[in-house]
Amino acid sequence: MNLSYLFDAAHWDPSATGSFPDLLLAHLGYVALALLIGTVIALPVGLYIGHTGRGSFIAINAGNAGRSLPTLGLLMLMVTLLGLGLLPVLIALTVLVIPPILTSAYAGMRTLDSQVVDAAKGMGMRPWQVLTRVELPMALPVLFSGFRSAALQVVATATVAAAVGLSGLGRLMIDGLAVNDYSRVLAGAIVVALLAVLLDLLLAQVQRWIVSPGVSKRF
Amino acid sequence: MITFDDVVKVYPGGSTAVDHLSLELPTGKTTVFVGPSGCGKTTSLRMINRMVHPTSGRVLIDGQDVAGQDEALLRRGIGYVIQHAGLFPHRTVLDNVATVPMLTGKTRREARTAALGLLERVGLSEEFAKRYPAQLSGGQQQRVGVARALAADPPVMLMDEPFSAVDPVVREGLHKEFLRLQEDLGKTIAMVTHDIDEAIKLGDVVAIFRQGGVLAQMGTPQELLDHPADDFVAEFVGRDRGFRGLSFDSAADLPVRELTPDLVLDDKGRPEGWRVDGGIKALGGTFTTADSLRQVTDLAIISPVGIAVRVDESGAADGLVRHHDLADHLAARRGRSA
Ligand SMILES: Nc1ncnc2c1ncn2[C@@H]1O[C@H](COP(=O)(O)OP(=O)(O)OP(=O)(O)O)[C@@H](O)[C@H]1O
Ligand SMILES: [Mg+2]
Repeated sequence: MNLSYLFDAAHWDPSATGSFPDLLLAHLGYVALALLIGTVIALPVGLYIGHTGRGSFIAINAGNAGRSLPTLGLLMLMVTLLGLGLLPVLIALTVLVIPPILTSAYAGMRTLDSQVVDAAKGMGMRPWQVLTRVELPMALPVLFSGFRSAALQVVATATVAAAVGLSGLGRLMIDGLAVNDYSRVLAGAIVVALLAVLLDLLLAQVQRWIVSPGVSKRF
Repeated sequence: MITFDDVVKVYPGGSTAVDHLSLELPTGKTTVFVGPSGCGKTTSLRMINRMVHPTSGRVLIDGQDVAGQDEALLRRGIGYVIQHAGLFPHRTVLDNVATVPMLTGKTRREARTAALGLLERVGLSEEFAKRYPAQLSGGQQQRVGVARALAADPPVMLMDEPFSAVDPVVREGLHKEFLRLQEDLGKTIAMVTHDIDEAIKLGDVVAIFRQGGVLAQMGTPQELLDHPADDFVAEFVGRDRGFRGLSFDSAADLPVRELTPDLVLDDKGRPEGWRVDGGIKALGGTFTTADSLRQVTDLAIISPVGIAVRVDESGAADGLVRHHDLADHLAARRGRSA
Protein backbone atom coordinates (compact mmCIF):
# COMPACT_ATOMS: atom_id res chain seq x y z
CA MET A 1 0.00 0.00 0.00
CA ASN A 2 1.27 3.37 -0.94
CA LEU A 3 0.37 6.04 1.60
CA SER A 4 2.70 8.67 0.26
CA TYR A 5 -0.12 10.91 -1.00
CA LEU A 6 -1.88 10.82 2.35
CA PHE A 7 1.20 11.74 4.35
CA ASP A 8 2.55 14.39 2.02
CA ALA A 9 2.44 17.60 4.07
CA ALA A 10 1.81 19.69 0.96
CA HIS A 11 -1.61 18.04 0.60
CA TRP A 12 -2.60 19.21 4.07
CA ASP A 13 -2.12 22.91 3.42
CA PRO A 14 -5.58 24.43 4.07
CA SER A 15 -5.03 27.34 1.71
CA ALA A 16 -4.24 25.16 -1.32
CA THR A 17 -7.07 24.20 -3.69
CA GLY A 18 -7.50 20.43 -3.80
CA SER A 19 -5.81 19.88 -0.42
CA PHE A 20 -7.44 17.58 2.13
CA PRO A 21 -8.86 20.42 4.25
CA ASP A 22 -10.23 22.13 1.16
CA LEU A 23 -11.90 18.98 -0.17
CA LEU A 24 -13.09 17.97 3.29
CA LEU A 25 -14.80 21.31 3.81
CA ALA A 26 -16.59 21.11 0.47
CA HIS A 27 -17.56 17.49 1.20
CA LEU A 28 -18.99 18.39 4.58
CA GLY A 29 -20.82 21.28 2.95
CA TYR A 30 -22.68 18.91 0.59
CA VAL A 31 -23.39 16.53 3.46
CA ALA A 32 -24.74 19.25 5.71
CA LEU A 33 -26.92 20.78 3.01
CA ALA A 34 -28.36 17.42 1.97
CA LEU A 35 -29.07 16.49 5.59
CA LEU A 36 -30.66 19.84 6.29
CA ILE A 37 -32.93 19.81 3.24
CA GLY A 38 -33.73 16.12 3.64
CA THR A 39 -34.62 16.56 7.31
CA VAL A 40 -36.77 19.60 6.65
CA ILE A 41 -38.76 17.58 4.11
CA ALA A 42 -38.82 14.11 5.66
CA LEU A 43 -39.21 14.88 9.35
CA PRO A 44 -42.58 16.67 9.22
CA VAL A 45 -43.97 14.19 6.72
CA GLY A 46 -42.79 11.21 8.78
CA LEU A 47 -44.12 12.74 12.00
CA TYR A 48 -47.44 13.53 10.38
CA ILE A 49 -47.87 10.04 8.96
CA GLY A 50 -46.82 8.45 12.24
CA HIS A 51 -49.10 10.72 14.22
CA THR A 52 -52.23 10.23 12.15
CA GLY A 53 -51.57 6.78 10.70
CA ARG A 54 -52.66 8.21 7.35
CA GLY A 55 -50.50 7.18 4.40
CA SER A 56 -48.50 4.58 6.35
CA PHE A 57 -47.65 2.78 3.12
CA ILE A 58 -45.57 5.79 2.05
CA ALA A 59 -43.43 5.60 5.15
CA ILE A 60 -43.07 1.83 4.99
CA ASN A 61 -42.15 1.77 1.30
CA ALA A 62 -39.89 4.79 1.49
CA GLY A 63 -37.25 2.70 3.21
CA ASN A 64 -37.16 0.07 0.47
CA ALA A 65 -37.33 2.61 -2.32
CA GLY A 66 -34.43 4.53 -0.81
CA ARG A 67 -32.21 1.48 -0.58
CA SER A 68 -32.83 0.40 -4.15
CA LEU A 69 -32.36 3.77 -5.81
CA PRO A 70 -28.92 4.15 -7.49
CA THR A 71 -27.61 7.58 -6.51
CA LEU A 72 -25.14 7.81 -9.36
CA GLY A 73 -27.85 7.03 -11.90
CA LEU A 74 -30.15 9.58 -10.35
CA LEU A 75 -27.38 12.16 -10.40
CA MET A 76 -26.72 11.59 -14.10
CA LEU A 77 -30.43 11.91 -14.81
CA MET A 78 -30.59 15.19 -12.89
CA VAL A 79 -27.55 16.54 -14.70
CA THR A 80 -29.16 15.66 -18.02
CA LEU A 81 -32.31 17.49 -16.97
CA LEU A 82 -30.83 20.45 -15.09
CA GLY A 83 -27.28 20.77 -16.37
CA LEU A 84 -24.11 20.80 -14.29
CA GLY A 85 -24.00 22.52 -10.92
CA LEU A 86 -24.73 22.11 -7.24
CA LEU A 87 -28.47 21.57 -7.63
CA PRO A 88 -28.43 18.09 -9.26
CA VAL A 89 -25.94 16.89 -6.64
CA LEU A 90 -28.07 18.17 -3.78
CA ILE A 91 -31.18 16.60 -5.23
CA ALA A 92 -29.52 13.22 -5.59
CA LEU A 93 -28.10 13.30 -2.07
CA THR A 94 -31.34 14.60 -0.54
CA VAL A 95 -33.25 11.73 -2.10
CA LEU A 96 -30.84 9.46 -0.28
CA VAL A 97 -31.40 11.21 3.05
CA ILE A 98 -35.18 11.26 2.98
CA PRO A 99 -36.04 7.53 3.35
CA PRO A 100 -34.22 6.73 6.61
CA ILE A 101 -35.43 9.92 8.27
CA LEU A 102 -38.99 9.51 7.04
CA THR A 103 -39.14 5.88 8.12
CA SER A 104 -37.63 6.50 11.54
CA ALA A 105 -39.85 9.53 12.23
CA TYR A 106 -42.83 7.36 11.36
CA ALA A 107 -41.60 4.46 13.49
CA GLY A 108 -40.79 6.78 16.40
CA MET A 109 -44.32 8.14 16.45
CA ARG A 110 -45.97 4.75 15.98
CA THR A 111 -44.21 3.16 18.93
CA LEU A 112 -45.09 5.89 21.44
CA ASP A 113 -46.77 4.73 24.63
CA SER A 114 -50.36 5.82 24.01
CA GLN A 115 -51.07 6.05 27.74
CA VAL A 116 -48.37 8.64 28.19
CA VAL A 117 -49.65 10.67 25.25
CA ASP A 118 -53.14 10.39 26.70
CA ALA A 119 -51.84 11.66 30.03
CA ALA A 120 -50.24 14.64 28.29
CA LYS A 121 -53.57 15.59 26.75
CA GLY A 122 -55.34 14.98 30.02
CA MET A 123 -52.95 17.36 31.80
CA GLY A 124 -54.14 20.11 29.47
CA MET A 125 -51.33 20.28 26.92
CA ARG A 126 -52.25 21.70 23.55
CA PRO A 127 -51.55 19.51 20.49
CA TRP A 128 -48.34 21.39 19.71
CA GLN A 129 -47.17 21.03 23.33
CA VAL A 130 -47.99 17.32 23.29
CA LEU A 131 -45.80 16.96 20.20
CA THR A 132 -42.83 19.02 21.31
CA ARG A 133 -42.81 18.30 25.04
CA VAL A 134 -43.81 14.66 25.13
CA GLU A 135 -43.91 12.87 21.80
CA LEU A 136 -40.66 14.13 20.30
CA PRO A 137 -38.54 13.62 23.41
CA MET A 138 -39.89 10.08 23.72
CA ALA A 139 -39.39 9.29 20.03
CA LEU A 140 -35.96 10.89 19.91
CA PRO A 141 -33.79 7.73 20.10
CA VAL A 142 -35.55 6.16 17.10
CA LEU A 143 -35.63 9.46 15.23
CA PHE A 144 -32.01 10.15 15.83
CA SER A 145 -30.85 6.70 14.78
CA GLY A 146 -32.54 7.35 11.43
CA PHE A 147 -30.67 10.63 11.18
CA ARG A 148 -27.42 8.88 11.98
CA SER A 149 -27.79 6.29 9.30
CA ALA A 150 -28.77 9.00 6.81
CA ALA A 151 -25.66 10.97 7.74
CA LEU A 152 -23.39 7.96 7.29
CA GLN A 153 -24.85 7.09 3.91
CA VAL A 154 -24.58 10.62 2.62
CA VAL A 155 -20.99 11.02 3.83
CA ALA A 156 -19.96 8.01 1.79
CA THR A 157 -22.09 8.87 -1.22
CA ALA A 158 -21.24 12.57 -1.44
CA THR A 159 -18.13 11.46 -3.33
CA VAL A 160 -20.35 11.37 -6.45
CA ALA A 161 -20.23 15.17 -6.53
CA ALA A 162 -16.77 14.88 -8.06
CA ALA A 163 -18.15 12.77 -10.90
CA VAL A 164 -19.99 15.82 -12.22
CA GLY A 165 -17.15 18.25 -11.78
CA LEU A 166 -17.78 19.46 -8.24
CA SER A 167 -15.40 19.34 -5.31
CA GLY A 168 -15.42 17.08 -2.24
CA LEU A 169 -13.37 14.06 -1.24
CA GLY A 170 -14.54 12.24 -4.38
CA ARG A 171 -12.06 14.42 -6.31
CA LEU A 172 -9.20 12.35 -4.90
CA MET A 173 -10.66 9.17 -6.35
CA ILE A 174 -11.83 10.53 -9.68
CA ASP A 175 -8.64 12.49 -10.35
CA GLY A 176 -6.42 9.74 -8.96
CA LEU A 177 -8.03 7.18 -11.26
CA ALA A 178 -7.73 9.52 -14.24
CA VAL A 179 -3.96 9.75 -13.84
CA ASN A 180 -3.47 6.23 -12.43
CA ASP A 181 -2.32 7.67 -9.09
CA TYR A 182 -3.54 4.89 -6.80
CA SER A 183 -1.93 6.44 -3.77
CA ARG A 184 -4.31 9.37 -4.19
CA VAL A 185 -7.32 7.06 -4.64
CA LEU A 186 -6.34 5.20 -1.51
CA ALA A 187 -5.92 8.44 0.42
CA GLY A 188 -9.44 9.49 -0.66
CA ALA A 189 -10.93 6.19 0.47
CA ILE A 190 -9.16 6.35 3.82
CA VAL A 191 -10.19 9.93 4.53
CA VAL A 192 -13.83 9.22 3.65
CA ALA A 193 -13.85 6.13 5.88
CA LEU A 194 -12.26 8.04 8.76
CA LEU A 195 -14.72 10.86 8.33
CA ALA A 196 -17.62 8.42 8.50
CA VAL A 197 -16.30 6.84 11.68
CA LEU A 198 -15.63 10.18 13.35
CA LEU A 199 -19.02 11.55 12.36
CA ASP A 200 -20.75 8.50 13.77
CA LEU A 201 -18.85 8.82 17.04
CA LEU A 202 -19.75 12.48 17.21
CA LEU A 203 -23.42 11.81 16.52
CA ALA A 204 -23.46 9.04 19.10
CA GLN A 205 -22.17 11.55 21.63
CA VAL A 206 -24.77 14.11 20.56
CA GLN A 207 -27.46 11.46 20.95
CA ARG A 208 -26.26 10.81 24.48
CA TRP A 209 -26.57 14.51 25.25
CA ILE A 210 -29.97 15.15 23.80
CA VAL A 211 -31.84 11.96 24.69
CA SER A 212 -33.19 12.03 28.24
CA PRO A 213 -31.65 9.41 30.52
CA GLY A 214 -35.20 8.44 31.44
CA VAL A 215 -35.73 7.30 27.85
CA SER A 216 -32.32 5.82 27.07
CA LYS A 217 -32.26 4.14 30.53
CA ARG A 218 -28.67 5.38 30.90
CA PHE A 219 -28.95 6.72 34.43
CA MET B 1 -70.60 19.59 42.15
CA ILE B 2 -70.35 17.58 38.95
CA THR B 3 -73.60 16.75 37.20
CA PHE B 4 -74.29 14.17 34.53
CA ASP B 5 -77.49 15.18 32.82
CA ASP B 6 -78.97 12.34 30.75
CA VAL B 7 -75.60 11.55 29.18
CA VAL B 8 -75.30 9.00 26.37
CA LYS B 9 -72.07 7.89 24.72
CA VAL B 10 -72.16 5.71 21.63
CA TYR B 11 -68.75 4.97 20.13
CA PRO B 12 -68.31 4.82 16.39
CA GLY B 13 -69.09 1.22 15.56
CA GLY B 14 -72.29 1.38 17.54
CA SER B 15 -71.48 0.09 21.02
CA THR B 16 -73.27 2.06 23.72
CA ALA B 17 -70.73 2.74 26.45
CA VAL B 18 -72.88 4.99 28.63
CA ASP B 19 -76.65 4.80 28.56
CA HIS B 20 -78.74 7.77 29.77
CA LEU B 21 -76.64 8.50 32.81
CA SER B 22 -77.87 11.08 35.27
CA LEU B 23 -76.07 11.53 38.55
CA GLU B 24 -74.48 14.12 40.79
CA LEU B 25 -71.06 14.01 42.40
CA PRO B 26 -71.17 16.07 45.60
CA THR B 27 -68.57 18.80 46.13
CA GLY B 28 -65.72 17.90 48.47
CA LYS B 29 -66.60 14.20 48.49
CA THR B 30 -65.20 11.10 46.85
CA THR B 31 -67.57 9.42 44.42
CA VAL B 32 -66.48 6.01 43.20
CA PHE B 33 -67.66 4.47 39.91
CA VAL B 34 -67.54 0.71 40.21
CA GLY B 35 -68.76 -2.15 38.05
CA PRO B 36 -67.67 -5.01 35.82
CA SER B 37 -65.17 -4.47 33.02
CA GLY B 38 -66.47 -2.59 30.00
CA CYS B 39 -69.47 -1.04 31.74
CA GLY B 40 -68.48 2.52 30.87
CA LYS B 41 -66.70 3.75 34.00
CA THR B 42 -63.66 5.16 32.23
CA THR B 43 -65.82 6.63 29.49
CA SER B 44 -67.97 8.41 32.07
CA LEU B 45 -64.93 9.72 33.91
CA ARG B 46 -63.32 11.03 30.75
CA MET B 47 -66.43 12.95 29.77
CA ILE B 48 -65.80 15.20 32.77
CA ASN B 49 -62.53 16.59 31.35
CA ARG B 50 -63.65 16.31 27.72
CA MET B 51 -61.25 13.51 26.85
CA VAL B 52 -64.46 11.91 25.56
CA HIS B 53 -67.37 13.90 24.13
CA PRO B 54 -70.92 12.79 24.97
CA THR B 55 -73.13 11.73 22.06
CA SER B 56 -76.00 13.48 23.82
CA GLY B 57 -76.71 15.00 27.21
CA ARG B 58 -74.55 17.35 29.23
CA VAL B 59 -71.83 17.21 31.84
CA LEU B 60 -71.68 20.23 34.16
CA ILE B 61 -69.16 21.34 36.74
CA ASP B 62 -70.74 23.71 39.26
CA GLY B 63 -73.52 24.36 36.79
CA GLN B 64 -71.21 25.13 33.86
CA ASP B 65 -71.49 22.88 30.82
CA VAL B 66 -67.99 21.57 30.08
CA ALA B 67 -68.83 21.37 26.38
CA GLY B 68 -68.48 25.12 25.94
CA GLN B 69 -65.06 25.35 27.56
CA ASP B 70 -61.58 25.39 26.10
CA GLU B 71 -60.33 21.81 26.38
CA ALA B 72 -56.78 22.56 27.46
CA LEU B 73 -57.78 25.17 30.05
CA LEU B 74 -60.54 22.94 31.43
CA ARG B 75 -58.11 20.02 31.81
CA ARG B 76 -55.48 22.13 33.56
CA GLY B 77 -58.08 22.84 36.22
CA ILE B 78 -58.91 19.16 36.74
CA GLY B 79 -56.42 16.73 38.25
CA TYR B 80 -56.23 13.52 36.24
CA VAL B 81 -54.65 10.30 37.47
CA ILE B 82 -54.63 7.65 34.78
CA GLN B 83 -54.26 3.91 35.17
CA HIS B 84 -50.61 2.79 35.40
CA ALA B 85 -49.72 6.42 36.19
CA GLY B 86 -48.78 7.37 32.59
CA LEU B 87 -45.74 9.32 33.77
CA PHE B 88 -43.53 11.09 31.24
CA PRO B 89 -40.49 8.81 30.94
CA HIS B 90 -38.15 11.55 29.75
CA ARG B 91 -38.79 13.83 32.70
CA THR B 92 -37.58 13.48 36.24
CA VAL B 93 -40.10 12.79 38.96
CA LEU B 94 -39.90 16.43 40.01
CA ASP B 95 -40.57 17.73 36.51
CA ASN B 96 -43.42 15.28 36.04
CA VAL B 97 -45.10 16.74 39.09
CA ALA B 98 -44.33 20.30 37.94
CA THR B 99 -46.03 19.73 34.54
CA VAL B 100 -49.34 21.52 35.04
CA PRO B 101 -48.01 24.49 37.05
CA MET B 102 -45.51 25.06 34.24
CA LEU B 103 -48.34 24.94 31.70
CA THR B 104 -50.27 27.53 33.63
CA GLY B 105 -47.36 29.96 33.51
CA LYS B 106 -45.52 29.39 36.78
CA THR B 107 -41.76 29.74 36.58
CA ARG B 108 -39.68 26.58 36.64
CA ARG B 109 -38.40 27.43 40.10
CA GLU B 110 -41.87 28.03 41.58
CA ALA B 111 -43.24 24.89 39.98
CA ARG B 112 -40.37 22.75 41.26
CA THR B 113 -40.59 24.11 44.79
CA ALA B 114 -44.28 23.30 44.87
CA ALA B 115 -43.60 19.88 43.36
CA LEU B 116 -41.13 19.04 46.10
CA GLY B 117 -43.77 19.78 48.72
CA LEU B 118 -46.26 17.55 46.93
CA LEU B 119 -43.87 14.63 46.74
CA GLU B 120 -43.56 14.82 50.47
CA ARG B 121 -47.35 14.90 50.79
CA VAL B 122 -47.70 11.62 48.92
CA GLY B 123 -44.96 10.07 51.03
CA LEU B 124 -41.96 10.25 48.73
CA SER B 125 -38.75 11.68 50.13
CA GLU B 126 -36.58 14.21 48.35
CA GLU B 127 -34.21 11.58 47.03
CA PHE B 128 -36.86 10.50 44.50
CA ALA B 129 -37.13 13.95 42.96
CA LYS B 130 -34.17 13.55 40.60
CA ARG B 131 -35.04 10.04 39.50
CA TYR B 132 -36.78 9.05 36.29
CA PRO B 133 -40.04 7.06 36.27
CA ALA B 134 -38.21 3.95 35.06
CA GLN B 135 -36.27 4.02 38.34
CA LEU B 136 -39.41 3.73 40.49
CA SER B 137 -41.53 0.80 41.61
CA GLY B 138 -45.14 0.59 40.44
CA GLY B 139 -46.43 1.89 43.78
CA GLN B 140 -44.03 4.82 43.76
CA GLN B 141 -45.05 5.67 40.20
CA GLN B 142 -48.67 5.76 41.24
CA ARG B 143 -47.84 8.13 44.08
CA VAL B 144 -46.08 10.40 41.60
CA GLY B 145 -49.15 10.18 39.36
CA VAL B 146 -51.29 11.38 42.25
CA ALA B 147 -48.84 14.15 43.11
CA ARG B 148 -48.80 15.29 39.49
CA ALA B 149 -52.59 15.48 39.44
CA LEU B 150 -52.60 17.48 42.68
CA ALA B 151 -49.92 19.90 41.54
CA ALA B 152 -52.13 22.73 40.31
CA ASP B 153 -54.31 22.34 43.41
CA PRO B 154 -57.39 21.61 41.28
CA PRO B 155 -60.75 21.50 43.06
CA VAL B 156 -61.74 18.45 41.00
CA MET B 157 -59.76 15.21 40.66
CA LEU B 158 -60.39 12.31 38.29
CA MET B 159 -58.72 9.04 39.23
CA ASP B 160 -58.90 6.02 36.93
CA GLU B 161 -57.96 2.88 38.86
CA PRO B 162 -55.19 4.78 40.60
CA PHE B 163 -54.20 1.92 42.88
CA SER B 164 -54.59 -1.04 40.57
CA ALA B 165 -50.99 -1.78 39.60
CA VAL B 166 -49.72 -2.61 43.07
CA ASP B 167 -49.82 -5.55 45.44
CA PRO B 168 -52.41 -5.66 48.26
CA VAL B 169 -49.99 -4.53 50.96
CA VAL B 170 -48.82 -1.46 49.05
CA ARG B 171 -52.40 -0.74 48.04
CA GLU B 172 -53.45 -0.78 51.66
CA GLY B 173 -50.79 1.84 52.38
CA LEU B 174 -51.87 3.98 49.43
CA HIS B 175 -55.49 3.76 50.60
CA LYS B 176 -54.55 5.06 54.03
CA GLU B 177 -52.63 7.93 52.51
CA PHE B 178 -55.45 8.69 50.13
CA LEU B 179 -57.94 8.96 53.00
CA ARG B 180 -55.55 11.10 55.04
CA LEU B 181 -54.91 13.43 52.07
CA GLN B 182 -58.57 13.71 51.18
CA GLU B 183 -59.41 14.58 54.78
CA ASP B 184 -56.96 17.50 54.51
CA LEU B 185 -57.79 18.60 51.01
CA GLY B 186 -61.52 17.95 50.60
CA LYS B 187 -61.38 17.69 46.79
CA THR B 188 -64.33 16.73 44.63
CA ILE B 189 -63.11 13.35 43.45
CA ALA B 190 -64.43 10.97 40.82
CA MET B 191 -62.64 7.64 41.08
CA VAL B 192 -62.96 4.50 39.00
CA THR B 193 -62.28 1.02 40.26
CA HIS B 194 -63.58 -2.47 39.59
CA ASP B 195 -62.83 -3.49 43.16
CA ILE B 196 -65.92 -3.18 45.34
CA ASP B 197 -63.82 -3.35 48.52
CA GLU B 198 -61.83 -0.36 47.39
CA ALA B 199 -65.02 1.48 46.47
CA ILE B 200 -66.54 0.89 49.88
CA LYS B 201 -63.39 1.87 51.69
CA LEU B 202 -62.63 5.06 49.80
CA GLY B 203 -66.00 6.31 48.59
CA ASP B 204 -68.31 8.70 50.37
CA VAL B 205 -70.70 7.83 47.57
CA VAL B 206 -70.55 4.75 45.37
CA ALA B 207 -72.14 4.45 41.93
CA ILE B 208 -72.49 0.87 40.71
CA PHE B 209 -72.68 0.43 36.93
CA ARG B 210 -73.89 -2.62 35.06
CA GLN B 211 -73.09 -3.82 31.54
CA GLY B 212 -74.18 -1.44 28.83
CA GLY B 213 -73.29 1.66 30.80
CA VAL B 214 -76.42 1.72 32.96
CA LEU B 215 -76.31 3.03 36.52
CA ALA B 216 -77.54 0.21 38.74
CA GLN B 217 -77.54 2.02 42.09
CA MET B 218 -75.93 4.95 43.78
CA GLY B 219 -75.64 5.66 47.48
CA THR B 220 -73.34 5.63 50.48
CA PRO B 221 -71.45 2.35 51.01
CA GLN B 222 -73.63 1.60 54.01
CA GLU B 223 -76.82 2.07 51.99
CA LEU B 224 -75.58 -0.23 49.23
CA LEU B 225 -74.60 -2.93 51.70
CA ASP B 226 -77.80 -2.68 53.73
CA HIS B 227 -80.30 -2.13 50.95
CA PRO B 228 -79.07 -3.36 47.56
CA ALA B 229 -81.62 -2.31 44.95
CA ASP B 230 -81.63 -5.61 43.08
CA ASP B 231 -79.88 -8.96 42.69
CA PHE B 232 -77.14 -7.53 40.49
CA VAL B 233 -76.12 -5.04 43.18
CA ALA B 234 -76.49 -7.61 45.95
CA GLU B 235 -74.31 -10.01 44.03
CA PHE B 236 -71.80 -7.31 43.21
CA VAL B 237 -71.35 -6.02 46.75
CA GLY B 238 -70.74 -9.62 47.72
CA ARG B 239 -72.01 -12.46 49.83
CA ASP B 240 -69.95 -11.36 52.83
CA ARG B 241 -71.54 -7.95 52.84
CA GLY B 242 -72.80 -8.55 56.38
CA PHE B 243 -69.26 -8.85 57.65
CA ARG B 244 -68.10 -5.98 55.45
CA GLY B 245 -70.90 -3.83 56.85
CA LEU B 246 -69.28 -4.09 60.27
CA SER B 247 -66.64 -1.68 58.95
CA PHE B 248 -69.15 1.08 59.42
CA ASP B 249 -70.09 0.23 63.00
CA SER B 250 -68.04 1.93 65.68
CA ALA B 251 -66.65 -0.07 68.58
CA ALA B 252 -67.35 2.91 70.85
CA ASP B 253 -70.63 1.63 72.26
CA LEU B 254 -69.56 -2.01 72.51
CA PRO B 255 -69.75 -3.08 76.19
CA VAL B 256 -66.55 -4.57 77.60
CA ARG B 257 -65.66 -6.91 80.47
CA GLU B 258 -63.19 -6.39 83.28
CA LEU B 259 -59.59 -7.52 82.74
CA THR B 260 -58.70 -11.03 83.94
CA PRO B 261 -55.43 -12.21 85.52
CA ASP B 262 -54.70 -14.31 82.41
CA LEU B 263 -53.85 -11.11 80.56
CA VAL B 264 -50.17 -10.28 81.05
CA LEU B 265 -49.54 -6.53 81.51
CA ASP B 266 -46.31 -4.54 81.62
CA ASP B 267 -45.60 -1.97 84.39
CA LYS B 268 -47.62 0.70 82.52
CA GLY B 269 -50.66 -1.54 82.19
CA ARG B 270 -50.08 -2.30 78.51
CA PRO B 271 -51.11 -5.81 77.44
CA GLU B 272 -48.27 -8.15 76.44
CA GLY B 273 -49.92 -11.52 75.88
CA TRP B 274 -52.12 -14.28 77.26
CA ARG B 275 -50.99 -16.74 79.87
CA VAL B 276 -51.93 -20.10 78.37
CA ASP B 277 -50.84 -23.48 79.86
CA GLY B 278 -47.89 -21.93 81.66
CA GLY B 279 -46.57 -20.17 78.52
CA ILE B 280 -47.36 -16.73 77.09
CA LYS B 281 -49.09 -16.35 73.72
CA ALA B 282 -49.16 -13.24 71.54
CA LEU B 283 -52.26 -11.01 71.61
CA GLY B 284 -52.52 -10.56 67.87
CA GLY B 285 -53.45 -6.89 68.31
CA THR B 286 -55.69 -4.52 70.25
CA PHE B 287 -58.47 -2.06 69.45
CA THR B 288 -59.60 1.33 70.66
CA THR B 289 -63.01 2.98 70.74
CA ALA B 290 -62.09 4.60 67.40
CA ASP B 291 -61.97 1.23 65.61
CA SER B 292 -64.78 -0.59 63.83
CA LEU B 293 -66.65 -3.73 64.85
CA ARG B 294 -64.96 -5.43 61.91
CA GLN B 295 -61.61 -4.88 63.59
CA VAL B 296 -62.93 -6.22 66.91
CA THR B 297 -64.41 -9.29 65.26
CA ASP B 298 -61.17 -9.97 63.50
CA LEU B 299 -59.21 -9.70 66.75
CA ALA B 300 -61.58 -12.01 68.59
CA ILE B 301 -61.17 -14.59 65.82
CA ILE B 302 -57.39 -14.57 65.74
CA SER B 303 -56.86 -14.28 69.50
CA PRO B 304 -55.49 -17.53 71.04
CA VAL B 305 -58.20 -17.34 73.69
CA GLY B 306 -61.02 -15.86 71.61
CA ILE B 307 -60.91 -12.51 73.36
CA ALA B 308 -60.26 -9.06 71.88
CA VAL B 309 -58.43 -6.57 74.11
CA ARG B 310 -59.38 -2.88 74.21
CA VAL B 311 -56.78 -0.25 75.11
CA ASP B 312 -57.06 3.44 76.00
CA GLU B 313 -55.07 6.31 74.44
CA SER B 314 -52.00 5.51 76.53
CA GLY B 315 -52.05 1.92 75.28
CA ALA B 316 -53.10 0.49 78.65
CA ALA B 317 -55.63 -2.35 78.54
CA ASP B 318 -59.08 -1.26 79.74
CA GLY B 319 -61.50 -3.96 78.71
CA LEU B 320 -62.13 -7.35 77.07
CA VAL B 321 -64.63 -8.57 74.48
CA ARG B 322 -65.48 -12.23 73.96
CA HIS B 323 -66.89 -13.88 70.81
CA HIS B 324 -70.35 -14.17 72.27
CA ASP B 325 -70.32 -10.59 73.60
CA LEU B 326 -70.05 -9.51 69.98
CA ALA B 327 -72.85 -11.82 68.92
CA ASP B 328 -75.06 -10.47 71.71
CA HIS B 329 -74.24 -6.89 70.76
CA LEU B 330 -75.11 -7.51 67.10
CA ALA B 331 -78.32 -9.29 68.04
CA ALA B 332 -79.32 -6.42 70.34
CA ARG B 333 -78.56 -3.93 67.61
CA ARG B 334 -80.70 -5.85 65.11
CA GLY B 335 -83.47 -5.82 67.67
CA ARG B 336 -83.20 -2.04 67.96
CA SER B 337 -83.14 -1.34 64.24
CA ALA B 338 -85.95 -3.77 63.37
N1 LIG C 1 -62.35 4.53 21.86
C1 LIG C 1 -63.30 3.59 21.85
N2 LIG C 1 -63.87 3.21 20.67
C2 LIG C 1 -64.84 2.29 20.64
N3 LIG C 1 -65.34 1.66 21.73
C3 LIG C 1 -64.82 1.99 22.93
C4 LIG C 1 -63.78 2.96 23.04
N4 LIG C 1 -63.47 3.09 24.36
C5 LIG C 1 -64.27 2.24 25.01
N5 LIG C 1 -65.10 1.57 24.16
C6 LIG C 1 -66.12 0.59 24.54
O1 LIG C 1 -67.01 1.20 25.43
C7 LIG C 1 -67.34 0.33 26.49
C8 LIG C 1 -67.02 0.99 27.81
O2 LIG C 1 -65.62 1.17 27.91
P1 LIG C 1 -64.92 1.78 29.19
O3 LIG C 1 -63.47 1.91 28.88
O4 LIG C 1 -65.63 3.01 29.60
O5 LIG C 1 -65.15 0.64 30.26
P2 LIG C 1 -64.69 0.50 31.77
O6 LIG C 1 -65.91 0.39 32.59
O7 LIG C 1 -63.73 1.58 32.11
O8 LIG C 1 -63.95 -0.90 31.75
P3 LIG C 1 -62.64 -1.43 32.51
O9 LIG C 1 -63.01 -1.76 33.91
O10 LIG C 1 -62.27 -2.66 31.75
O11 LIG C 1 -61.60 -0.34 32.39
C9 LIG C 1 -66.59 -0.95 26.24
O12 LIG C 1 -67.49 -1.87 25.67
C10 LIG C 1 -65.52 -0.58 25.28
O13 LIG C 1 -65.23 -1.64 24.41
MG1 LIG D 1 -61.59 1.62 32.52
